[in-house]
Amino acid sequence: MSPQPQAAVGAPLSRVDGRLKVTGQAKYAAEHDIKGAVHAVIVDASIGRGRITSIDAGDAEKHPGVLRVIHHRNAPKLPYRDNPGSNNPPGGRRLRVFQDDKVLFHGQPVAVVVATTLEAAQHGASLVQVEYDAEQSSTDLAEAEPGEPTNYARGDAQAGLRDAAVRLDLTYQLARNHHNPMEPHATLARWDGNKLTVWDKTQWVMGTHDELAAVFDLPADAVRVINPFVGGGFGSGLRCWPHTTVAALAARETKRPVKLVLSRRQMYFGTGFRPAYAYRLRLGSDRRGRLTAAIHGIDAETSSYETFTEAIMGAGQMTYSMPNVSQAYRQVPLDVNTPIWMRGPGFATASFAIESAMDELAHKLGIDPIELRRRNEPDEDESSNLPFSTRRLRECYTVGAREFGWHRRSSRPRSRREGDWLIGMGMAASVYDPGRFPAEARARLDADGTAVVETATSDMGPGTYTSQTQVAADALGLTMRTVTFRLGDSLYPQTGPHGGSATMASVGSAVVDACDKVRRQAVKLAVEDRDSPLYGVDAGDVVVRGGRLHVKGNPARGETYQRLLARNDRSHLEARGSYAGPPTPARRSYHAYGAAFAEVAVDATLGLVRVRRMLGVYDAGRIISPKLADSQAIGGIVGGIGGALLEHTVTDHRDGRIVNANLADYLVPVNADVPEVRAIYLDGEDNDGNELGVKGLGEVVQVGVAAALANAVFNATGRRVRELPITAEALL
Amino acid sequence: MPSTEFTDPDVPPPTDSTESTGSPTAPTRRTFIATTTAVGGAVVAGGFIAGSDFINADDAEAGEAAPSSRVSLTVNGTRRTVTVDNRTSLLDLLREHLDLTGSKKGCNAGACGACTVLVDGRRVNSCLTLAVRLEGAEVTTIEGLAKGDELHPLQQAFIDEDAFQCGYCTPGQIVSGVGCINEGHTGSAEEIREFMSGNICRCGCYVKIVRAVEQTAGRK
Repeated sequence: MSPQPQAAVGAPLSRVDGRLKVTGQAKYAAEHDIKGAVHAVIVDASIGRGRITSIDAGDAEKHPGVLRVIHHRNAPKLPYRDNPGSNNPPGGRRLRVFQDDKVLFHGQPVAVVVATTLEAAQHGASLVQVEYDAEQSSTDLAEAEPGEPTNYARGDAQAGLRDAAVRLDLTYQLARNHHNPMEPHATLARWDGNKLTVWDKTQWVMGTHDELAAVFDLPADAVRVINPFVGGGFGSGLRCWPHTTVAALAARETKRPVKLVLSRRQMYFGTGFRPAYAYRLRLGSDRRGRLTAAIHGIDAETSSYETFTEAIMGAGQMTYSMPNVSQAYRQVPLDVNTPIWMRGPGFATASFAIESAMDELAHKLGIDPIELRRRNEPDEDESSNLPFSTRRLRECYTVGAREFGWHRRSSRPRSRREGDWLIGMGMAASVYDPGRFPAEARARLDADGTAVVETATSDMGPGTYTSQTQVAADALGLTMRTVTFRLGDSLYPQTGPHGGSATMASVGSAVVDACDKVRRQAVKLAVEDRDSPLYGVDAGDVVVRGGRLHVKGNPARGETYQRLLARNDRSHLEARGSYAGPPTPARRSYHAYGAAFAEVAVDATLGLVRVRRMLGVYDAGRIISPKLADSQAIGGIVGGIGGALLEHTVTDHRDGRIVNANLADYLVPVNADVPEVRAIYLDGEDNDGNELGVKGLGEVVQVGVAAALANAVFNATGRRVRELPITAEALL
Repeated sequence: MPSTEFTDPDVPPPTDSTESTGSPTAPTRRTFIATTTAVGGAVVAGGFIAGSDFINADDAEAGEAAPSSRVSLTVNGTRRTVTVDNRTSLLDLLREHLDLTGSKKGCNAGACGACTVLVDGRRVNSCLTLAVRLEGAEVTTIEGLAKGDELHPLQQAFIDEDAFQCGYCTPGQIVSGVGCINEGHTGSAEEIREFMSGNICRCGCYVKIVRAVEQTAGRK
């Protein structure tokens, strides 16, 4: 930990960009006022698979305002260099826009209409006549042929299961979910000669930068990606999608800056999604509930042209102690666009199966669900045999049970009734494996005593601007007000993607490093300066607070940054900082944990499920920004409520069309769906691999929510629903 | 030590002051086009008359313009007379022509509420409202709520309660909240939840949105 006094870190501060957001002044991707920008609207394929036989753009081109219609017959060949290190799935071949006549999924871009006004571009897009030679598309996970499995095994799971005193064999179905951030994906692209600038909705400006450089075969310094505000992401912005290339291509072809905003409908096939899963779990235990074996058969959607994978196997390997585990994870190629990680990727999905099954086992054995989990708490990470850096799941259970009033839960299902409503309580454990990646940052302290810190990270909503300003302010010994944190520009020092709960551990560590270096430069300057009151003091004894350097424990002896820099004729001090990533090989198992608690009411005759209250208790390491962390946890729980009770992307398997590609039919939680939700973070820190002591919290808060709700529904009704979302039909 | 060249971003970093992004009411390139070209402009009912008549002079390139109409409305207290393509929604008029990008496009189908504005004091989805219908209307957007530097109490309550994360639904939530309070639908948290359910927040800040609305209503 830093020797610096911690004034900002840990304080419940309001967002530094709050005023911009509540006054409508924060500029999102499509809102930058780029001179001369024209509008582009994509025409999407209306078949699920096949070939384009003709495109007639005549009527569209004649429409007033339309400048150009671009499609595979007239588009230039694009280089599409490989882009290793990106979030493009390894293997496969990424979708290449307008490069051939093939249609790989319903909604694939087949043309783009560029016009001087949005209205003309929209109308123009409706006038493009595309004819197809359609083939039968395959979009049903249950019907298609899976690919080769990825396997994991320890012990002998088959034998363990065969010999188990108690056995469960359960199959869970999880619907496809779409991130649906409120801000649609959008790109503004402008060419200045051979240089391309895009304002793009992305969770990774460097990722978009690298992909555009690869697609157009441009040198790295010919592309700049800017994105100061991201209107939500939840993973949808982790990859550079085809429409970004379409916008850049349209701008190059028309020699005009082009603004391209996906419609809400296009968001369902123009960006990725959390894939649907079929998850078969066979579980064996002894009579006292000690797990002996688990066999996981996991099938997931992917596209026909890329193999998408996520960390679906981790939870089954290390959440509970057991000698015998086997897992087979198979991707099922379908005529759909490629999935992408969505909040709590892998873990949120696996936890629905595992945590529901634990509840079933507890019920079968007549053991309290929390007690069953305690009995299976491992002493070490049994997937790696590494000790845990910190694992306070037991404490999460204890605090959660107390705060939620778990003792009021009846272990007998369908035993609590209030009028028409059946009331039940459920819980689930949450685990997530947070990301950490190399990152860089730059800090500059100016002679006026203010500082600027820059990194190419993003802020999709968790509050990166605020929390990074907090760590920077403390490391520099400045007040929040005197530090400006900048992000969202590929010209800033590089970072990895803003996702996987990795940002604070990774970017935060680089920011602290840069700021520590600047502060140490100033301290060195002071203790070596005969005119400084700090002359001759051991540098290690000097701290900075409120912009003033002073001897630790003796605030009277010191001076301000301003005086120090002015006297030494320095306009500024600056430094670059970095974070190298987690220690390799790993010495400890580093995970975030939590326990989710839910109380539901289910209408006994209508099957309607209403959430009454929810609580999450988390072991997420040190909390930098408590006010914002609280919002993030509540938001994660609300996201979990969506996945549990509402969200379901529905495909018409006849032609691969998504039939509910809008926010009226794809249901997400609204205000009336969310009553009392509370979050508690356990005090503590985890210094495995980052000095800040954080674990990352954006994902773990959504993991376990669906199972807690499903378990509460069981407790209320006696009906076990193994399919998400849990709908009224399943309970009638 | 050589000085690193710090980039000069095209976009200002967030600050506590709105000055860096310009006053919401200051004329911009877009408002200039919209307000000046409309002077003396006739209602164009089909044929294109002259390039300078149209809201977007770029259309001259296309040779023929789409049917358009002239409409006078008040936006955040300022009278605007504009000639708009008949297909233009109020939301697109605000965002694409008047440089008022505070109202957001989330679904363009009236399902998410991100585009909520007040028209003659009532909350409406501006994405479903054709601009040409608004002759004489008074429109209030998120940009019109603060009095100079002084935030509307609900804007301040959103900051204090941390009733937002990504911020994209926030302008619609706040305008909708102002409408909800004016309508008197704030008798209980449950009533607020019901009457704020036309505004989706995907970051899931509902609990705090209700608190912010409740507090602001209580102060009235």
